[in-house]
Amino acid sequence: MSALATAGATVGGGRRRLAGSRVVTGLCVAIVAVALLAAVLGPLLAPHDPNAADLNNAFVGPYGDHPLGFDGQGRDLLSRLLDGARSSMLGPAIVVAVAMAAGTLLAVVSAWLGGWVDSAIGAVLDVLFAFPAVLLAILAAAVFGAGLTAAALALAVAYTPYIARVLRSAALRERAREYVAALEVQGLPAVAICVRHLLPNMVGLVAAQATLLFGYAMVDLAAVSFIGLGVQPPQADWGVMVASGRAGVLQGYPAEALSAGLCIVLVVVAVNLLGERIAQRDGGGAR
Amino acid sequence: MVGFALKRAALLIATLLVSSFVVFSALFIAPGNPLAQLSGGRTLPPEAVAALEQRYHLDDPFLVRYWHWLTSALHGDFGDSIAARESVSAVIGQRIGTTAALVALAALIIVVAGIGLGLLAGLRPGLADGGVLVLTSVLAAVPSFLAAIVLISLFSVNLGWLPALGNGSGFADGVKHLVLPAFALALASLAIVARVTRVAVREELGREHVQTATSRGIPRAQVIRRHVLRNAAIPITTITGITIASLIATSAVVETAFSLNGLGSALVQAAATKDFAVVQGIALVLVVAFVLVNVLVDLLYALLDPRIALGSRAT
Amino acid sequence: MSALLEVERLSVTLPVEGKPRSVLHDVSLSIAPGEALGLVGESGSGKSMTARAAARLLPPGARADGAVRFDGRDVRALRGRALRDYRGEVAMVFQDPRAHVNPVRRIGDFMTEALRTLGGVRSAEARRRAVAALADVGIDDGERRLRQYPHELSGGLLQRVMIATTLLSEPRLLLADEPTTALDVTTQAEVMAILDELRRERGMALLFITHDLELAGAVCDRTAVMYAGVVVETRASSLLHDDPLHPYTAALAGARPRIDATAERLTTIPGRSQSAFEAPASCPFAPRCAHVRPACEAERPPLRALDGGEVRCARAEELRGELEMTHV
Repeated sequence: MSALATAGATVGGGRRRLAGSRVVTGLCVAIVAVALLAAVLGPLLAPHDPNAADLNNAFVGPYGDHPLGFDGQGRDLLSRLLDGARSSMLGPAIVVAVAMAAGTLLAVVSAWLGGWVDSAIGAVLDVLFAFPAVLLAILAAAVFGAGLTAAALALAVAYTPYIARVLRSAALRERAREYVAALEVQGLPAVAICVRHLLPNMVGLVAAQATLLFGYAMVDLAAVSFIGLGVQPPQADWGVMVASGRAGVLQGYPAEALSAGLCIVLVVVAVNLLGERIAQRDGGGAR
Repeated sequence: MVGFALKRAALLIATLLVSSFVVFSALFIAPGNPLAQLSGGRTLPPEAVAALEQRYHLDDPFLVRYWHWLTSALHGDFGDSIAARESVSAVIGQRIGTTAALVALAALIIVVAGIGLGLLAGLRPGLADGGVLVLTSVLAAVPSFLAAIVLISLFSVNLGWLPALGNGSGFADGVKHLVLPAFALALASLAIVARVTRVAVREELGREHVQTATSRGIPRAQVIRRHVLRNAAIPITTITGITIASLIATSAVVETAFSLNGLGSALVQAAATKDFAVVQGIALVLVVAFVLVNVLVDLLYALLDPRIALGSRAT
Repeated sequence: MSALLEVERLSVTLPVEGKPRSVLHDVSLSIAPGEALGLVGESGSGKSMTARAAARLLPPGARADGAVRFDGRDVRALRGRALRDYRGEVAMVFQDPRAHVNPVRRIGDFMTEALRTLGGVRSAEARRRAVAALADVGIDDGERRLRQYPHELSGGLLQRVMIATTLLSEPRLLLADEPTTALDVTTQAEVMAILDELRRERGMALLFITHDLELAGAVCDRTAVMYAGVVVETRASSLLHDDPLHPYTAALAGARPRIDATAERLTTIPGRSQSAFEAPASCPFAPRCAHVRPACEAERPPLRALDGGEVRCARAEELRGELEMTHV
């Protein structure tokens, strides 16, 4: 993830102009909205039971009220996709929530206290940098058993150092501002200053990073589900569907794998472009 | 420069020690008895239990256990795989070739195609540049496991040019079986490298010192070679190194997608079956490789940019 | 004596946001062999651009009209080998030395690159010459300096290295684009002294660009004043300060704070300096001039000879004697 994140700014360079266009932004918001809607209402929106398998229908193409056809187990593909949106969107959301919370906390504490606390936290985070996110997720699966929670938390732990590092710079900048010194002199407790003044000034940066992180988390989590250590089949999940769709691909029926893959790509690209848009507007200048 | 290298070496050893500690102790933060972890939840005969206890020094203090494990590992002894009934080092030995070949091939693709495309786009504005931008935008968005599926679908199932799954037999066939996996692994990374290369080259082209060289009559080709590319090499090498390091973890996903017999797929299987000795052993190998590549990148960076190692001292 | 460098009615446009904008208009000046000409103006006046045009270093997309001649040869038409030879004869020193020297190569590499590549000079001989050139600019431990990297040298030292490097090609004309602006005052004086001495020793012509009228006067025989991409006056430096021909020159001279007098407010020229494309098609200085008349806003006055210099002002004759130290 670190490679993507490090180069994210440069790759986005050409996309920044694209991201600025109103039409594109609207499209991205629409895609994300649809995904969110599916995540929340999926089971209700699905025309058929996503788990109803009928091997007679395996790999059958679109017909009737099955606009996308069937997967390898004879389940309605569209319903599976809609149902899969739930775990596919929920997982990254957990990752982002935990990583942002932990990262922000560590960043602010480091920036505020400075000195040996900063160095100590920095050292611990540096160690974590030695662990690629996916590797940590595999380790977590071995220890705690395969599943969405373990994988999501492992990824969150892997991303925290990166977030903490980015936010720490911004926090240091805010900390050095004169209004903070003024508040300190007035006797306002540190926690209050951080919560009511420091953090709100970093909101733009936090929002931009959170959005970008969502994209990376989605890709990594789907990869973990793909190798069988994340969301477990038969539960619908886009990453799982790409894996189970592999059999179909080999037999010449790529619909399941490609449609699930397309969902992932669309949401990730939309989220990335939105993240850059937010960064453009009020990214807090940390770039 | 020597002082710098020594400092980095010390940092490297510290990082490796701590990482190995994390890998080792992960076993013990799991809920339940470590013995249960090691046995994968299966019930074992008492002799096997006694052997495990002795092997893992389960009666000894934690740090002693860690030390035993680490020193054994340094001698190549990672314990035994419960599922495969052979030593972990044997498992690693069998599979490391595949993973190394896969990562090496992918790295080659990234360097040649990624940097190549970036140079093309950076040095020749216009159509080439536009084409590269579009291509890299598309590629950067496709995760490796999806790229794997698409490549299989296109080149294996539809066109029949290349085999889809497995390792193949013999050298030539083995290489053929690595082509699609290497590309799946490399595609997204090569897009990033191409982008960074392009930007780096563009920036250097606009720098004043390049103008100075031109103003002294130095031929364009030489200016590009000695001043633009040489300076752009710094960020390009850094990003290439970082992306190659990230291949080490992603190889697990690609190996699984293509059913390759590599370290990554063994790790995934072992994690699924809780064959913990294997997980620890392979994880350690991968983490060490990852850290080493990163350190190499740092050293290369210091070699390329004299300001880093020497520091800024105006005299 | 025929001029070494002759710029005749040079106009340059640059594309800005897709549209061509004028940055130089009808600029004419000449430098005789061994002569030092100062080129003075505020930012946006076009002085850098003039030097770049002479050095064939205009930015991509620039369009030029008019002529630039060196020793009678048309500079703008030079190609290939002839262009490279020209670059050996006309050398340029830039404003910010740190940005203009490649940070990842040693000083020795920087200094000798042109010699080795173009002159076919062998490494050892090139280094010898570089050390000699460094000694000429007051750097005595040349051998050690050659092995160092740019970031190890201070700004002043680096600028002297730049100057030494230009000497290696034994140029007949040196274009110095604000060589001392980025340096502190003491270093400034040192570098100026070096430039002056070298020029006299080698009979090298010098185009010295600066925003400081007095600094130009200290080093240059003649000074040209530019405003908004146009030359408004050219005159012997000794006369320029006390007996200017153009209201702008007088205002520049008058705006310099005086140490020997107290004042309530510092004198300034009202308004702000303009680039060529912002200035009106009439006299460019008209909006800010204290002596403006309706005729000035009608059409652009031509550059014409007067009292040993040249001036571009419709009222130049009338204002003779009145412009002395005028405070606008």
